[in-house]
This record gives sequence, C-alpha cells and structure tokens, in this order.
Amino acid sequence: MTTEAPEKKEEQKKEESFLGLFVHNLWSANTVTVTILSIFLALLIGAILIVVSDSAVLSTFSYFTARPSDALNASWDLISRAYADLFKGAIFDPAAVQAWFNGTGDWKTALNPLSETLTYAAPLVFTGLSVALAFRGGLFNIGGQGQAVIGCLTAGVAGFAIGLPAGLHLVVALAAGLIGGALWGFVPGLLKARTGAHEVITTIMLNYTATLFLGWLILQSGVQDPDRTDAVSKTIESTAGLPALPQPLRVHLGIVLAVIVTAGVAWLVNRSSFGFELRAVGANPPAAKTAGMSVGGTYIKLMVVAGGLAGLGGAVQVLGTADRLTGQVAGNIGFDGLLVALLGRNKPWGTLFAAILYGGLRAGGNLMQVDVGVSLELVTVLQALIVIFIAAPALVKTIFQLRDARTARLGASMAKGW
Amino acid sequence: MSRVSTATVEDLTEATAPDRFWNRQRRLGVALVLIGLIAAVIFGSLAESATARFTISEDAEGAALSINGQFGAILFGIVAVAAGGALLAGVAKRWQTLLLCLGIVAFVLSFLCWQVAGKFLPLVDTISGSLELALPLILGALAGVLCERSGVVNVAIEGQFLMGAFGAALVGTLATSVWAGLISAVVGGVIIASLLAVLAIRFLVDQVVVGIVLNLLALGVTGFLYERLMQPDALKYNSPPRLPEWRIPGLADIPVIGPVLFESNLLVWLALALVVVIHLGLTRTRWGLRTRAVGEHPTAADTVGIRVRGLRYMNVLLGGVVAGAGGAYFTLVSTGAFNKNMTAGAGFIALAALIFGRWTPYGALGAALFFGFAQKLANYLSAVGSPVPNQFLNMLPYIATIIAVAGLVGRVRAPAADGVPYVKS
Repeated sequence: MTTEAPEKKEEQKKEESFLGLFVHNLWSANTVTVTILSIFLALLIGAILIVVSDSAVLSTFSYFTARPSDALNASWDLISRAYADLFKGAIFDPAAVQAWFNGTGDWKTALNPLSETLTYAAPLVFTGLSVALAFRGGLFNIGGQGQAVIGCLTAGVAGFAIGLPAGLHLVVALAAGLIGGALWGFVPGLLKARTGAHEVITTIMLNYTATLFLGWLILQSGVQDPDRTDAVSKTIESTAGLPALPQPLRVHLGIVLAVIVTAGVAWLVNRSSFGFELRAVGANPPAAKTAGMSVGGTYIKLMVVAGGLAGLGGAVQVLGTADRLTGQVAGNIGFDGLLVALLGRNKPWGTLFAAILYGGLRAGGNLMQVDVGVSLELVTVLQALIVIFIAAPALVKTIFQLRDARTARLGASMAKGW
Repeated sequence: MSRVSTATVEDLTEATAPDRFWNRQRRLGVALVLIGLIAAVIFGSLAESATARFTISEDAEGAALSINGQFGAILFGIVAVAAGGALLAGVAKRWQTLLLCLGIVAFVLSFLCWQVAGKFLPLVDTISGSLELALPLILGALAGVLCERSGVVNVAIEGQFLMGAFGAALVGTLATSVWAGLISAVVGGVIIASLLAVLAIRFLVDQVVVGIVLNLLALGVTGFLYERLMQPDALKYNSPPRLPEWRIPGLADIPVIGPVLFESNLLVWLALALVVVIHLGLTRTRWGLRTRAVGEHPTAADTVGIRVRGLRYMNVLLGGVVAGAGGAYFTLVSTGAFNKNMTAGAGFIALAALIFGRWTPYGALGAALFFGFAQKLANYLSAVGSPVPNQFLNMLPYIATIIAVAGLVGRVRAPAADGVPYVKS
C-alpha cells in the first residue's frame, strides 16, 4: 500500500480532471480515508496474529526458503477463510442468500447475520452515545460500564419483581434501567461540580463498585433463582422482554429504540438550548461561566443524561437478549461503547454507524470462532487497534504518506489529565 | 488539580475563604465520631460476648492475643470516638494525621473484634497474605508514580499486568526457567508502556483514551493467544515454574515479622526495595528533580535545558518494567498458570492506590497494603461464613479513592502537568 502514494501523486500532476482531483483528495488525511485505512491496518495486524498463532501454518514457515509457496498458500488460505467468515457472519452468506432465491433455503437463515449484527449493536449504540455526549460537554465518561451494569440491574429487577401487563411492563423496566444509570452518573457529576473530583477517577472507581454490587445482589434471596445455586437471577417475565423477530432471529426492538434515541441525542446536542450549553461548557468552561451558564449545573445534568443513556443500554441488553441477570450480564458494553464513541468521532450518527460496525465484527467473530477456530478475542484486538489508529491520525498519515488535510483533531474537546 | 476542575468559581472562593468553623480538621473529627459511634453501638451490640483470639501461629493453638469480642468492639469504637472528639476540640495541627490514623485503626480493630468473637484469626497468615495481595498493587502503583510524576497519565497498568503475566507464563514454560519468565514479564510490560509512550508523547493522543484502549488491546491479545496456544496445550505453553520461596536464616525466626518478611519470594523484596529506591530517587537525585519539574511545569523545565519528551519516554518505559514485574506475580507467584483476564481489575486497584497514596511511593505502599488487607479480610470473612458480604469489603479501595479525590478527607492533588502532552513551541 505504501508504494501507491507516489504513483497517485504523479497521476495527479498529469491531469487536473475531476477524477484526478478526486484521487488527490482521497489520498489525504481526511476523516473517511483515515477511518478506512485504520480498519485496513487493524485487519492486517489481525491477520499476522492469526498466522503466528496457528501451529500448522507456522510449521510451513520452517522451510520457507526452500518452498515459500507452501507457507504463503497456507497463510493466505487461513486468513481468507477467517475474514470471509467475518463477512459472512456479519452481513450475509452468499450461499444462504442464493438458497433463499432458489427456494431451497429459508429467509431467516439468509437474514440471520444481519440480525446478529444489529442485536450486538443495539446496546453499544446507547453506551456509545453516553460517552459521546459527555465528550461534547468536556467530560470523559469512563463510567459507561458501571452505569450499564446498574441499568442492567434495575431493569432486570423490575423485569421479574413486578407483575404488569405486557407493554407497560416493558416501559417500566426500560425506565428503571434509565433511572438506575442516571443515578450512577449523577454521583460523579455531583462530585465534579461540587468538589472538582476528576470524573475519570471517580467513574473508573464506580465501574468496579457497580460490578461488585451486582455480584452481591444476585445472591440475595428474592433475586437469585431459587432452583439454582450459582449466581443467576430469576428469569425476566416475558411481558418485560423487548419484542423480537421470530426465532432463530434475535434482533429486537432495541435497535429501533437505538435509532430513535440517536436522533434524540442529535437533536439534544445540535438544536436544544441544553446542547448549546454543554457544547459551550465543553469548549471553554471559563467563557461559558462568564456568559452566565452554570458550569457545575451543566456537568451534573450532562452526567445524569449520559448515565441514563448507558443505563438504557444495559436495560436493552438484559431485556433484549440476556433475559436474566448474571455477574457478567453487561459483558463489556460500557468499554466497547467508549471505543464506539471514539470511532464515531463523538457525533451521534457516527456513533450509531460505529456501533453497527462493532456489532458486525462481533457477530462475524462468532462464526469465525465456530468455523475456522480463530478465537473471538481477535475481535477485541481488532476493535482496540482500529481505535488506536483512529485516535492517532498522525500515525496513519505517516504510514501511508497521506497528504495534509483539515482533520478534526480527536481529543480537542477532551478533558486533559486528571 | 488540572485546569478543568478549577474552572468553577465556587472552588476558588472556597480555597481562598478565611478560616471557617467547619474546617477540614473539624469535618474529619465529625466523620471519626460517627464511624466510632457506628463501631461502638452496632458492632458492639452485634458482637458475641466470646473470646476473640488473634493467634501468632498458623492455627487456633499457641500464643495469642485475646480479648472479649463484644468488649473489644465497644472499647475500640470508643477509642475512635475519642480520637474524633480530640480533632473536634481543636488540637494542634501536628497531631491531626496521627489522630486520624488512630481513629481508623480503632475502627478496623472494633470491626475485627466483632467478626472474630468466638473464633480465631491467624495473625501471621493475615499479614503475609495481605502483603502478598498487595504485591502487584505496590508494583503497579509504583509504575504509576514513575509515569505520572513526569506528566504521563497511566491508566494502562491493567494492560501491563496482563501482558506481564502472559509473557511470564509463556516464556517461563517454554524456557522452563522462572527467571526467563520474570524477564519476559518485564518485556511484556515494556511493550504496552512503549505503545503508551509513543502514542501519548509522540502522537499526542489523549492519554486516558490510550490507556483504556491499550487495556482492551492487552486483554484481546493475551486472550486470543491464550485460546489459540495455551488452552489446547497447557503443558507445553502454560505451566511455568513458580518463584521459589527463600528463607533468610536467623531473621526468619523473629515472631510475626520474621515469617512475613524474611520467608518470602524475591518479588516481595524487590517491591519493598523499589519503594525506597524510587522515593529516594524522586527526592534526592538529579533524575528525580527533573522528573518532578517535567511533571509540574514542563515549559520551565525545557527552558533550563531538560529534555522533556526524552525524560517522559524513559519514565514511562521504567514504569513498564515495574508494572511488568507486577504482572509476573499473577502467574509466577499466585496461581502458576495464565488465565484469560486473570488480573480482574487489579490494575485499577493499583491506580486507586496511586491516587489514594497521593502520587508518592510511600503513600502508594501504604494504600496498597491497606487495600491488600481489605482483600485478605474479605477472603477470611467469606471463609468463616461471616454475614458481612465480601463484595462490600472488595469495594473498599474504590470507595476510599472516591472519598479521597472528592476531598472529603483531605484533598489529593495530581502533578500539575499530568496528562498534558508537551508540545515545544
């Protein structure tokens, strides 16, 4: 890839046509190019990891100088199968789609990959929006995980402890998750506004506090499943579950809710007076103060809203797919939400697309693990690598010799240091 | 604190206000009186009126310090109340820290008397267990001290632990040598540290973001290689030798302290020695002065000719060495095999110890020992079937840190340039 840069430069000199101009701008450090190249670099490093961890392929490298084709073919075969599975598991499997058109297959099988992608994406949208919104107000909400855990907990408890008619029960359970998360976000907001305690420190500490609290609560009588001895809660009533498509498709109403909430957050940030306030506070707190805004008040409101969003993400997770509380019910959705927000450049719609991308990686990773035996953990590596490259556009620019472009520097609105 | 936190004017007025009646000492006093009352009334009434034995030996037999549990709980509760009362009455400022420590220790003792009443608590086992659990926290927090005193926020301690633990298990097994394992643990820590350094110092990425992402990267890479290599063939890749326990003859025969300190492994001595070395280094050497200068005011340091970025690179990498050694604890000392996400948040407790210890080596040691003790106590309580849930004791490090940064019990202050990348103008 690195050798292509000078070629493109020469092309551009020859003709100033539309195409030339397009290519010229394409190969500059703009947001889209950097994002795509970041994903490419992450996949490249992932491929290396796949090869070096496979002893069968690795053994062909021992006689690389004698017959390099063996090693290269084996590596290529393994990598292409793994990444093909990633695609098939996330978007569609051509074989299944063809079978559907021929009438031999089921539409459910053909749509299953997309359903899985959206299922994994739904909670990430909420936690991602939580982080992105806080960023815009100059706060770094690392507490998405803790807020999501508390959201899971309150939504889950509301899901099995109270009996209500279908529909209303779902609304109550979702509201419970929202309120739980909002409360967990209120604490760091209040501490930040009143004492100046840095939200990064307090939210990190509250993450683990929430997880431990969940671990304790599950074991209490009234919460724990009476038929089980391990840490598993009662099953959530079906009246509180998010409606889903027919089995085996798992995608549920959560993703629709996610799109609506994304639109809501986009409106909140860009159009509402609170959004103006939070952007002002995020850009320059002393100036916002001088303009008559209450900086502390904004911090508190912002953390409450951010916490509520993450709590809603936890609620969607538990009411949509998990259907009961366990110690790991929230998985890693809070920290993944952080990555999603960074990949989405802290913009609401960007966050939505980033969450769908990460959901796709996760869904494809499942197929890859079953089919080729490449561990699902590779997806975690890919997700982290993508964000590392996104966060360091200068690194990508250096590697690919990109031209300068006006890139919105990531982290311009972030809190610096403690 | 950083620019962001001092942005609110309420804060500034509070700092400059003249002596108010409810100053820090009186607020501390009230807090101590309250926890003392809780101890005396609640612990005292719940405690059995039976002997609580704190045995010197490993089991219930032998010499022991014993006290009636109920009496002890009430007595130590009253001691805490008295310490709080003295603070409220307004004693000289130099007694403040001493009285605060006394009050907290009395509270802990009252709690212990309640829990141990009718049972026994092996002292040596408790203290050496606390020290062992504190070991990675000490090393992790020291890594944090090295990074953050020079102005680079290190949230990636968890990732450094994981890479260290993984490297130790993998290379230790392949080379069947515990020392090779220890060295590769250090290498694992340095790998993450160098990524942190390059991204934070050279590419100016937000340091908290880098730290969090590197944690996930380490989690992913170690988990991936664990599932691909170690899980299918644990004998070949995941059975490292353990760090040997050494006994120093003579010194090890001292009661209580002997078995704790002088019948131990190299890592414990290394950690304790590093605390002293880093403290002396920071306060007495040229390197230390420069580190502190770079962490507090990099522009000024640059003006007098200190290479800000170079020093930061060096300190972050040194931090990686220390944290990597801390990671070795998990595989070479504690369990003897690597497991996915085996550090389970220890890196963040180390971060808490760093902050709770006010970014100083001795403070970090004290905080780490305190947190280690809380963990050991949690294990003990769940072993004896105490009604106190161990999850709440495990929350203690996190909640204590929140209280510390919120300034409810004295405010902690980070190095002024901590987390602010330095761009030469």
